[in-house]
Amino acid sequence: MLVDNFIIALKGLRHRKLRSWLTMIGIFIGIAAVVALMGLGEGLRGAIIGQFGFLGPDVLAIRASGINFAGPPGQAVVKGLTEDLAEKIQRITGVEVAINRYIETGTIEFNDQQDIGIAWNVPEGKNRKIFEDMLNLRTQKGRLLKDSDNFKVVVGNDFTKDDKFGKAVQIGNRILFDDKEFEVIGILEKRGSFIFDSVIVMNEDVLVDNFRDGDSVNAIAVRVKELKIIDNVIRDIEKLLRKERDVKEGEEDFTVQSPENALQTLDSTLFGVQIFISIIAFISIIVGGIGITNTMYTAVLERTKEIGIMKSIGATNSTIFSLFFIESGMLGMVGGIVGITAGFILSHGFAFMGRLALGTELIRADVGIGLVLGALLFSFLVGLIAGTVPAYQASRKNPVDALRYG
Amino acid sequence: MFKMKDTIIKLDNVWKTYQMGKVKVNALRGLNLEIRKGEFVAIMGPSGSGKSTAVNMVGALDIPSKGKIYLEKHDISKLPESDLAQIRGKKIGFIFQQFNLINTLTALENVTLPMIFQGIERDERLETGKNLLRMVGLQERIDHKPTELSGGEQQRVAIARSLANDPEVVLADEPTGNLDSKTGQMVIKFLEDLNKKGKTIIMVTHDTNVAKHANRIEFLKDGKIIKRMKGG
Repeated sequence: MLVDNFIIALKGLRHRKLRSWLTMIGIFIGIAAVVALMGLGEGLRGAIIGQFGFLGPDVLAIRASGINFAGPPGQAVVKGLTEDLAEKIQRITGVEVAINRYIETGTIEFNDQQDIGIAWNVPEGKNRKIFEDMLNLRTQKGRLLKDSDNFKVVVGNDFTKDDKFGKAVQIGNRILFDDKEFEVIGILEKRGSFIFDSVIVMNEDVLVDNFRDGDSVNAIAVRVKELKIIDNVIRDIEKLLRKERDVKEGEEDFTVQSPENALQTLDSTLFGVQIFISIIAFISIIVGGIGITNTMYTAVLERTKEIGIMKSIGATNSTIFSLFFIESGMLGMVGGIVGITAGFILSHGFAFMGRLALGTELIRADVGIGLVLGALLFSFLVGLIAGTVPAYQASRKNPVDALRYG
Repeated sequence: MFKMKDTIIKLDNVWKTYQMGKVKVNALRGLNLEIRKGEFVAIMGPSGSGKSTAVNMVGALDIPSKGKIYLEKHDISKLPESDLAQIRGKKIGFIFQQFNLINTLTALENVTLPMIFQGIERDERLETGKNLLRMVGLQERIDHKPTELSGGEQQRVAIARSLANDPEVVLADEPTGNLDSKTGQMVIKFLEDLNKKGKTIIMVTHDTNVAKHANRIEFLKDGKIIKRMKGG
């Protein structure tokens, strides 16, 4: 019965093709906007999680931050983290390990072509295994570093692309980092994040001895013993750093970042943008819904005689109601389907253009199944709500008057 | 030969009053009418005589302002619209002067529509629909839309549709009014055949040549029956 009503309603819509399509435009634009922007936002979020993703949920990153508020005005100098801090942090209860991280920017040369890239270290000794595990390092080809590997490196997956240096880097090839020659002994698995995919990984001694200026550490990676005590550990580390760096609470010149609070910062920004876009899209959908109501009123009026005929051959009020109700819902849903398709294409199109323009892999669109189903259900509901009053009016028509109409 | 027996429809002192602005118009003024099972009754009368209103009462499309209507001994004069719709769907088949087919649906879909409203399964609907269209000689035209059919063909689709739920009563309101006399004759022939098969036929017409095919002719004027004649 319901299926049959769907079929009858669909035939009605197809009979009024142009009007049906025009009516759907409002819904179409709104849904397309929502899907495109939610998809882009989701993709961006996914990409940024990917960037932070080298830190597991139980890993903290400690960095010196931009400006030392305690210093004289205008003296915007970053006070680096000292090398001995890691050891002190290691002694805090609940800390499993604290590892110094050195990150150096330099010129990479291969096949007579140059590029700017970054190198970071893998610690030696017993921390090597823990660190590899923390960062989930695995090779696609070759092997990871050992303690004795001087002037040997593992490179990110992007080095296997022909366009990076004109030809792909192979195991056994020699590459230059800031004019020092290294042998490539391993290629990392693709991670989708430039922190891994464009990196040169070398042993700590090699990096520190050859490339480091000054005596500060770029970051300290800390893994906690248990995830549930992470907040306590953060508090203790902050207390220690305030003491070590002689700053007051609220004037910290360092950050202790957990993946969670990094994501929160990102989410609140993305959320603001998405809310704004959603409000605009919502207005469009409301207008679209009013358009559907209007079209349905016209349809009810036009088909007054048809309603009379159907009633005379046994259609009850509720049957007539459901026919128009379903028709209206389908107007919304088809508008939604077209909108989702357009939104999908738009978001991937924007992401593609963004990647071309900015030259980063970071911009990705991710139109998930939840978003698609949600948009579909929402557009159907808008159609249903928009059709309620017209459908009710249709159902209440007196059969005698309706038959005499037109 | 079919035997006449029980009363199927009875109108007992039926009044229908319409409010036209400030004026009250009595379309029916104490109409009495009794139709027995298997009869072929014609209702005649000039325009404004209350014919249409009477047909609406007989067809359960409307309820009287006063008086009672019985369908198979049940009083239907005070039933709500949803019950009346069920009665129309099951017990009464309508044939209209304007054919009143749904233009977006094919002949077969039009014929099966009353069965959808009764919740009959698809396979059964299609089989019955095809049989009915074959009976009216339109088996070749089942997939045509009403606009692709001639007036006579459309009225035959309407006849097939009126029989979809195998009703007790077929109610034909000026069934030949929009047809040429030859096509009209064919439609009347169908109604006669149906009557021979046992269907009760109630036909409204102003054409005496058409009315004479009925067993009985009731003349309506000013909302009342003024004369009764044997037809045939």
